[in-house]
Amino acid sequence: MHNHFELFGLTPAFSLEKDLLEKAYRDIQSKVHPDRFAHAGDAERRASLQWTTRVNEALQILKNPVTRAKHLLELHGVDVAFETNTAMPPEFLMQQMELREALEEATEKKNSQSLDRLRSDLRREEAILEEQIADAIDGRKDYQGAAGLVRKLMFLDRLDQEIDLAYEAVE
Amino acid sequence: MALLQISEPGQSPAPHEQRLAVGIDLGTTNSLVATVRNGSATVLPDALGRPLLPSIVRYLPGGKVEVGYPAQARQADDPKNTIVSVKRFMGRGLRDVAHVEAAPYDFVDAPGMVQIRTVAGVKSPVEVSSEILRVLRERAELSLQGTLSGAVITVPAYFDDAQRQATKDAGKLAGLNVLRLLNEPTAAAIAYGLDNAAEGIYAVYDLGGGTFDLSILKLSKGVFEVVATSGDSMLGGDDFDQRLFCWVVEEAKLPPLGPRDMRLLQVKSREAKEALTFHSESRINARLSSGEFVDLAIDTETFCRITQTLVHRTLGPMRKALRDAGLTPDEVKGVVMVGGATRMPQIQRAVAEFFRRDPLNNLDPDKVVAVGAAMQADVLAGNKPQGEDWLLLDVIPLSLGIETMGGLTEKIIPRNSTIPAARAQEFTTFKDGQTGMSFHVVQGERELVSDCRSLARFELKGIPPMAAGAARVRVTFQVDADGLLSVSAKENSTGVESSISVKPSYGLADADIERMLRESFQHAKEDVHSRALAEQRVEGQRLLEATRSALQADKNLLRADEAAAIEKAMAGLESLLSGKDHRAIKRAADALNHATEDFAARRMDEGVRRALAGRKIGSL
Repeated sequence: MHNHFELFGLTPAFSLEKDLLEKAYRDIQSKVHPDRFAHAGDAERRASLQWTTRVNEALQILKNPVTRAKHLLELHGVDVAFETNTAMPPEFLMQQMELREALEEATEKKNSQSLDRLRSDLRREEAILEEQIADAIDGRKDYQGAAGLVRKLMFLDRLDQEIDLAYEAVE
Repeated sequence: MALLQISEPGQSPAPHEQRLAVGIDLGTTNSLVATVRNGSATVLPDALGRPLLPSIVRYLPGGKVEVGYPAQARQADDPKNTIVSVKRFMGRGLRDVAHVEAAPYDFVDAPGMVQIRTVAGVKSPVEVSSEILRVLRERAELSLQGTLSGAVITVPAYFDDAQRQATKDAGKLAGLNVLRLLNEPTAAAIAYGLDNAAEGIYAVYDLGGGTFDLSILKLSKGVFEVVATSGDSMLGGDDFDQRLFCWVVEEAKLPPLGPRDMRLLQVKSREAKEALTFHSESRINARLSSGEFVDLAIDTETFCRITQTLVHRTLGPMRKALRDAGLTPDEVKGVVMVGGATRMPQIQRAVAEFFRRDPLNNLDPDKVVAVGAAMQADVLAGNKPQGEDWLLLDVIPLSLGIETMGGLTEKIIPRNSTIPAARAQEFTTFKDGQTGMSFHVVQGERELVSDCRSLARFELKGIPPMAAGAARVRVTFQVDADGLLSVSAKENSTGVESSISVKPSYGLADADIERMLRESFQHAKEDVHSRALAEQRVEGQRLLEATRSALQADKNLLRADEAAAIEKAMAGLESLLSGKDHRAIKRAADALNHATEDFAARRMDEGVRRALAGRKIGSL
């Protein structure tokens, strides 16, 4: 399995120095990007396409907190199992249901201010969860515990996408 | 890693070392070609000094074709054979085309892409566009006195895969080596960014003749990064003309019009629209074929009222792009205006209101895209030394996915992914002993397949019979730097592999392109053999140069026998270059490409290793 952190010369950790990641990404892209090989032979163009694709994929995975955490846990042999393991604490599920009801109401009333509010609440929740994940993975090395937190973050991520769709419906 | 530039101090590389490369803005209304000469980008005018080429093609009996101003002059007399705004039909089926009823053409509903019956036969939009591109190529070759080494052709950022593929095919058909398809707002951002040393978050508002794009970019030194893009590929200045035309028909209580009168009033409407940018009132007068005289006055207030919904339609994509980028309007440092339609005062006002700042109009909105494309072509041609070039990171505008059970779309590559991008997904059989699977590739954001654009269908056969759910079929989507998709599928649970590559169904097969090329050369009285020979020689020379400098830089990555094999393939190609057999040159070039495969991969790995080593030292 690829280690996406290694690709960028970074130490695997949930807390990420975004500037270092971006800099490494650009340094690599400046060597491998297809624009550097527009006039090269087929062999080099193919190698360039493969490398760039791989670098873009790795960047995507590391930039997004959910996929970054999932990748880290996989490196430590823990499968987050989003699809099968959906048993979540009841109070969390209750809160999710309330949030979704609020979202539906805002959509029906075409109220973009409530959507703004929902989104900023969600961002706060996400930030708290991300701190907890960083503590679990980087600090306590509690990977099983982290998997539960990542599943929660995944729920919030889905809600975030639904808010996006709601904005489109409201406009 | 840098190529060796051997020249005396103060002496620039000899002119013949510069490759001739152009940027082409293939617009709905007008097209342009530009190039970089002595370090600055200029639009190349025609023999009469006119920079724009109206994107109008007229077919005459006997295969003669008029392009540009001569075709424009005759459009009202010969509307059925004079194709305007062909870009609206690129990669589109008849059902996708807006205002079909108002277009005076004899449409033929062909599978994949609509076609038009003319006096010179049935023409696809790809062929019509290639006529425009051919005129621009000839203009450039005459002006630069040489065969073009390559061209960058711009497309609306919101063009889907079908529209992009059609544009690339048109380029090939016009005899161009298409170095890259470049998104129009990105091209504009390059021109603006370099001209103004701009850094920070910028938006590009590009309202052309037939398309609307809104792109958000992060500019920093040496990097142009598209963060998000949105738009409407069925909205442009043409629609404003159309609104005005409908208003005229209504106000003057005109009966249904014939093609000639329709085209006449459309042209008059466009002129009135353009006049309203500078005057508070404008007149539309025309004598119809019935003898009736139309004479109407329209003021800016009325024009704004009847086009208000069109202006409003650009707001949605602006909000969406900002949301996708995770930004608010205040975080945008400047809004670059592109496209002739942005001259309309109501557009300027709407943009200023939305972003709460005056839009940037300091570049000619008609030329900025071609100029940016020329700058990018110069980089892709390798004419710029390292350090003076830049990195361009663009995205796909629409999600790519596959149809699953129940007519639902499963997104494989989400919109605004940086390209090149690839993503794989596993699928399995749902019946015992199933030996085939069919796939339907779609593009769009909607959940239902029927609301998305269908790109291709293909089947994977020869799966060994297994229990339901046991087969593992891995479907891989690969989007290249042009934003073009290829899909492959592979069954590998039993070690039995079968794979297939699809080219989306609307695309022309390479054989079609070759046939059309041959036909077009017959019309142009150009010798197809000598052109092919010239192209293969340029290509072969290019490959030799690239391999030579690669060896010079990294020969240490090769074993002696490997280096010898490459040198042998080089010698083989070199000995054929002066000959007359273009196929033999092609074969030798292919052999050299094949011989350098491992070398290329190793060089790339080495490049990455060095890049990272540099970073670590730098950050200590």
